[in-house]
Amino acid sequence: MADLSVNIAGVHFNNPIIAASGTIGFGREYGEFYPLSVFGGISCKGTTLKERPGNPPPRIAETPMGMLNAVGLQNPGVEHFIKEDLPWLKRQDTVAIANVAGSTCEDYCKTVEILSETDIDMIELNISCPNVKEGGVQFGTSCESVAAITKAVRACCKKPLIIKLSPNVSDIASIAKAAESEGADAVSLINTLTGMRIDINTRRPIIANITGGMSGPAVFPVAVRMVWQVKNAVSIPVIGMGGITTWKDAVEMIMAGADAIQIGTALFTDPYSPVKIAEGLDKFLDSRGMKSVTELTHTVITE
Amino acid sequence: MKYDAQDCKLVFSQKLTQTIYDFRLQNKELAAITKPGQFVQVLVPGKTLRRPISVCDVEGDIIRLVFEVRGEGTEILSQTRTGDSINIIAPLGKGFELDKNKKTVFIGGGIGVPPMLYSAKQCGENAAVINGFRNKSAIILSEDFEKAGCSLIITTDDGSFGIHGFVTQPLEEIIDSADMICACGPTPMLRNISKLAKEHNVPCQVSLEQRMACGIGACLGCAVAINDGNGGTVYKHVCKDGPVFSGEEVAW
Repeated sequence: MADLSVNIAGVHFNNPIIAASGTIGFGREYGEFYPLSVFGGISCKGTTLKERPGNPPPRIAETPMGMLNAVGLQNPGVEHFIKEDLPWLKRQDTVAIANVAGSTCEDYCKTVEILSETDIDMIELNISCPNVKEGGVQFGTSCESVAAITKAVRACCKKPLIIKLSPNVSDIASIAKAAESEGADAVSLINTLTGMRIDINTRRPIIANITGGMSGPAVFPVAVRMVWQVKNAVSIPVIGMGGITTWKDAVEMIMAGADAIQIGTALFTDPYSPVKIAEGLDKFLDSRGMKSVTELTHTVITE
Repeated sequence: MKYDAQDCKLVFSQKLTQTIYDFRLQNKELAAITKPGQFVQVLVPGKTLRRPISVCDVEGDIIRLVFEVRGEGTEILSQTRTGDSINIIAPLGKGFELDKNKKTVFIGGGIGVPPMLYSAKQCGENAAVINGFRNKSAIILSEDFEKAGCSLIITTDDGSFGIHGFVTQPLEEIIDSADMICACGPTPMLRNISKLAKEHNVPCQVSLEQRMACGIGACLGCAVAINDGNGGTVYKHVCKDGPVFSGEEVAW
């Protein structure tokens, strides 16, 4: 049995597997399959200052080895989360991460200020949602805007702060550096890649929002490349995600530079994938004589 | 509500029409807790998303799924061989609320017919079934409904069998003697049935479809607009709040 625990920005995780925001709600539903402590942490559904209705349906389309979604940040608002979901989540023996989204910089700051007064463990700043008209990804696609929002939120955030990065950019490493320079405690990546499908019989986009965020095994190689580039560029912890489905994918992502990983779409295919990934990772570390998963991080040989 | 994903052995399969398959899956534990109108999420080899398929019937330890090949996923599924395993998350969703003492009209349109079988069986002779199809060659499950003691009316769009026209025609003739209506099928059909039910003051439950990912209410993918009672709408979710909704609450 290798030690699977990791420390991200001063927060202890029992294992490096975190549920990715938007795929697990606030945890209750998957908590009916298994104890949520199978996850090192849960990144909750993107939460905004006020309740949001989300986008019209259809919100989902399948793609070769993946899917598109355009849920549009449907959520009950931060106060509802704090009152109805957070107390329960805090009892599940897993790290509770709030994922914060907003339309304006003020929205982000107010929401983070409110969360800073709770016992949430960490905050993940969602500046990479491709499915809302205002906010989301517009804050995450240039170094200047990433630096500005990180600086503003950092000033009012009393919790460890993760900045979740969009892959829809030309130079992910400089974006990560911009977040680091303004005080991010960690970065997580990748959010979804913007995609589109058309029904050839009706000539209409399958998703009502026209475009959606692509996830699943098809994006995995892009995610591995970006995590590797970011790890080479920053010294804060990197949380890697994007299409991780098997324990081999997890090993690969960690070798590329991930200090922890998130899994999302894989839950839809196999709800038990976090359990299987943890078992496989443990066996792999044992077989290589590694005592801790941290020995595996960023061990890719490139020369 | 506890969830589980389990392997089930495909013990029997049959092609009912050119595109519709009848699968019988064996799983005692899941069969015992599956209710009429609920659905399962079927894992398809090589596909990221599971396929939501409504439960057609439950008998003993057998869950019966009757599904239509609509795309690549259901095509792959249809090729499963007897004896092989199929992984399902089941049972899912909120099914029909039924009372066997109430005269209930069950209406299925096309591939909306299968979920009405297990439901109508609960009401036996109190079940009046109206099934609508495109044409004679698309008709399925008639013997099963008759065996369950239900009265059965069939309509076809082209008049090649039964009543020529839509399911709402025979419904209008019997609606005033009904205590409840349950329906599953294309959206225009469900909308028209709901309207008719409201006009005649008969409660109506409809089973809806939507593109779905998690199947358990976590991802919020399968949204459906529901009247909020104050003149607006709110998005609920087919997988957890449904698939069965009151016809009146759906924002058609």
